[in-house]
Amino acid sequence: MTHAATSPRFKENAKAALADPDLQNALKFVEVNFIARRREVADKLPEFDALRDAARDIKNHTLAHLDLYLEAYEKKVTAAGGHVHYAVTAHDANEIILGICKALGARTATKGKSMVAEEIGLNDYLEANGVVPIETDLGEYIIQLRHEMPSHIIAPAVHLTKAQVEADFRRVHTHLPADRNLVEPTSLLGEARAVLREKFLAADVGITGANFLVAETGSSIIVTNEGNGDLTQTLPKAHIVIASIEKLVPTLEDASQLLRVLARSATGQEMSVYTTLSTGPRRPDDPDGPLEYHVVILDNGRSSMLGGDFADMLRCIRCGACMNHCPVYHAIGGHAYGWVYPGPMGAVLTPSLIGVGEGGNLPNASTFCGRCEAVCPMKIPLPGMMRHWREREFERHLSPAAQRYGLALWAFFAKRPWLYRGTTRLAMAALALVGRGRGRLSWLPFGGGWTKHRDFPSPQGPTFQARWKARARQ
Amino acid sequence: MIGSARDDILATMRRSLGVSGTEAPRRAAVADRLAQAPKGIVPKRADVSGAVRVALFKRQAEEALATVTLVADAASVPGEAARYLRDANLPATLRMGQDPRLAAMPWETTALDIAKGPSAGSDLNALSHAFAAVAETGTLAMVSGGDNPTTLNFLPDNHIVVLAAGDIAGSYEETIDRLRARYGKGAMPRTLNLITGPSRSADIEQTLILGAHGPRKLHIIVVEG
Amino acid sequence: MADPAKRVGLFVTCLVDLIRPSVGFAAVKLLEDAGCTVAVPPQSCCGQPAFNSGDRRSARAIAEQVIEAFAPYDYVVAPSGSCAGMLKAHYPELFHGDPNWLPRADALAAKTHELISFLVDVLGVTRVDASLEGSATYHDSCSGLRELGVRVQPRRLLGTVRGLTLTEMRDPDVCCGFGGTFCVKYPDISNAIVAKKAANVAASGAGMLIAGDLGCLMNMAGKLQRDGSAIEVRHVAEVLAGMTAEPAIGAPPRREPGPRP
Repeated sequence: MTHAATSPRFKENAKAALADPDLQNALKFVEVNFIARRREVADKLPEFDALRDAARDIKNHTLAHLDLYLEAYEKKVTAAGGHVHYAVTAHDANEIILGICKALGARTATKGKSMVAEEIGLNDYLEANGVVPIETDLGEYIIQLRHEMPSHIIAPAVHLTKAQVEADFRRVHTHLPADRNLVEPTSLLGEARAVLREKFLAADVGITGANFLVAETGSSIIVTNEGNGDLTQTLPKAHIVIASIEKLVPTLEDASQLLRVLARSATGQEMSVYTTLSTGPRRPDDPDGPLEYHVVILDNGRSSMLGGDFADMLRCIRCGACMNHCPVYHAIGGHAYGWVYPGPMGAVLTPSLIGVGEGGNLPNASTFCGRCEAVCPMKIPLPGMMRHWREREFERHLSPAAQRYGLALWAFFAKRPWLYRGTTRLAMAALALVGRGRGRLSWLPFGGGWTKHRDFPSPQGPTFQARWKARARQ
Repeated sequence: MIGSARDDILATMRRSLGVSGTEAPRRAAVADRLAQAPKGIVPKRADVSGAVRVALFKRQAEEALATVTLVADAASVPGEAARYLRDANLPATLRMGQDPRLAAMPWETTALDIAKGPSAGSDLNALSHAFAAVAETGTLAMVSGGDNPTTLNFLPDNHIVVLAAGDIAGSYEETIDRLRARYGKGAMPRTLNLITGPSRSADIEQTLILGAHGPRKLHIIVVEG
Repeated sequence: MADPAKRVGLFVTCLVDLIRPSVGFAAVKLLEDAGCTVAVPPQSCCGQPAFNSGDRRSARAIAEQVIEAFAPYDYVVAPSGSCAGMLKAHYPELFHGDPNWLPRADALAAKTHELISFLVDVLGVTRVDASLEGSATYHDSCSGLRELGVRVQPRRLLGTVRGLTLTEMRDPDVCCGFGGTFCVKYPDISNAIVAKKAANVAASGAGMLIAGDLGCLMNMAGKLQRDGSAIEVRHVAEVLAGMTAEPAIGAPPRREPGPRP
């Protein structure tokens, strides 16, 4: 079962977000920190832009041969003693993972951060079926305590202030002295470390996502700064990887190319602290490591995207650079988007996964400023694909009626320049008359969207084309 | 039904791509890439050797908040490890794996209390020997196994890693070559950890704090001899 | 003496045509001063509102007209990065796979330019003959910047306006929140974005805001004026052409000539 989307209520969500002072304070950090750090680290690597091209080409090649790379990958995983499972839908994936947990008698499962797990609603499903999932990424742990979804694909708790985190820790960690000092972020982190250390050691199963799956070796790659993913996958009896089909890359060299742009684009680090490649279960000479290694390959609509209008979206490596640079995201944060994936990448991906009827608001809420595409390490044409969604909506008559009529009226005149010139001359003369005194209008008929927050400059009077024609006659 | 989800997914992929899956050119393209593993763009920064390479590694690792000391030979390692723990006001205890290179060092010349084997979670300090390192980003490459158990990389509060200067590769590509030389093409250890500095999180108001779940401190001893 | 090889078809843009023709006349002056012959074929719109709303059919119909109307000219120049971008970057997209229209769209795209980058990059203009006392800050409109690489050129020419000091605001290259229909479809979000922009403009200390796209200018002027700001807002063409007698965007008509702040 996937999380229900509130994307249809995007406008209401956005309004609430704009009025939320804690969120607005928290979003200032996003705007200032992520952007500057990425700029700095990109400037330090002369090959950065060339690497973006290389990364795009590797993914395009892989996607064009995805069926064959998947087969090759599966062979290697099996040869290393691992098991590959296939899930067509979110529900299938949940069932498979639960099945593995039940077969091991698992009561608790630690989890590394995984957007795919959010997408399929894994935590709720496990909990409802007797397996307790424990998020271990600090940001994910915090939002798990709050029963919230992540608001950013890299920094899930970026929408929260320190005070909010402290309040949640006090509310939940009731086994600790109530008068303890939690003012400093270091004490909050220290408390989380201690609480989660116990869970790591006690967990029966560890579930992680995968940033990449390497076909050449049958390896899964996770990238973290905390080390939580590694404790999740090393300590328990079984390691389950949940990954969607487009995570495949052909070789270790290809993975290196992508890793060079991933952390730089995400957090402004050259490499994240822990980049781990896992291949199969514990070997005979391993004193530690999981006894079982399972990879659950999820489709959930992606195989239909191949070769189509939205195939480029499958190049996404979930770095978050797009939302870090998006003026709309800066204004409203991630929850307003209403589902798992926020920001520009969410605006393109969400309609593919939950349908344009549910997710159609998202690709509309963009100024097409193009900053996302300019920073995307995989050179994904995000605004162009948002426009494709608008075309789909238009074809299906899903856009609001007032908008359709307004634009149809405009197009009617625009297609007839002679009529356009005559009509606009009259309309502008009228408006100019109204606005002449102050030079601007605070109210326009049908212009509520504009004049709610802004004045409208009064037209100068005769149109350019009318004056040009008059000038030519002289 | 066993195999049917797999068949489903592959069939949809092939339908979307307009292929059958049996086309020879496609199969050849995939087989070639997997076999040849072409290198992509290697940053010029990584194209250094000798003392310059070691200096690059040190600089990059320090920028990632690890500490790095160079010692002349393997015999100096125990003394340096003891010094590090002493200066950091840490207890003189150390857990390490079965790595013969570590076993051959004169630990008896120190007062360190040494334990061997994987960590069960209550060790404060651990010491491992790196398989290799990547100068490009100041990254250690650690491989799983009895010699240097993976848990030593994550459970203890403080991690000391011994690294032979000659094992420092310039780039990731070179590191992959070394991995293949040891394990064979297409094969891997159970776990390869690429470690760049100590554990950290910035999840609370973007404040960077070390020691999220993994080690708070990472000290690297580079053996030049 | 105008060079007959530099026959420019001026793409006025609907906003300039309807709301602020003085920008169009400023563009004509700049082009004629640089030795071009300027013609203005009958025109309406570049089709971007339809295109960005998903109405490809209308966008194509409008584009066909534009392609035909501007076929006779050596260059097509627009005082707007957004409209020039539509012709240059998106018309070929509109006719993708159309053997009849695509070559014509490509031909139009190849000779279409945003006004200031045309002056600087194609005609080699290095200075203008204009004066304007005061300080100004320049906003980089998104399409011009990211689709057409317009950034350095306007600043270079503004630097040659006698008496004018250019001061950079924080985040000059961040969107102003106009986005065509976006500002009326999502007014609250647009407002949040333009509020940040207005704050950055005010914080720069400049007495004037200049940009190359009338949509952005109307949006920013509208916000500044609703907030009670006295900052003057003008199009870069007007400043470079020395045609600043006209009231600034959204400003009331001046009763008598007086000193500027």
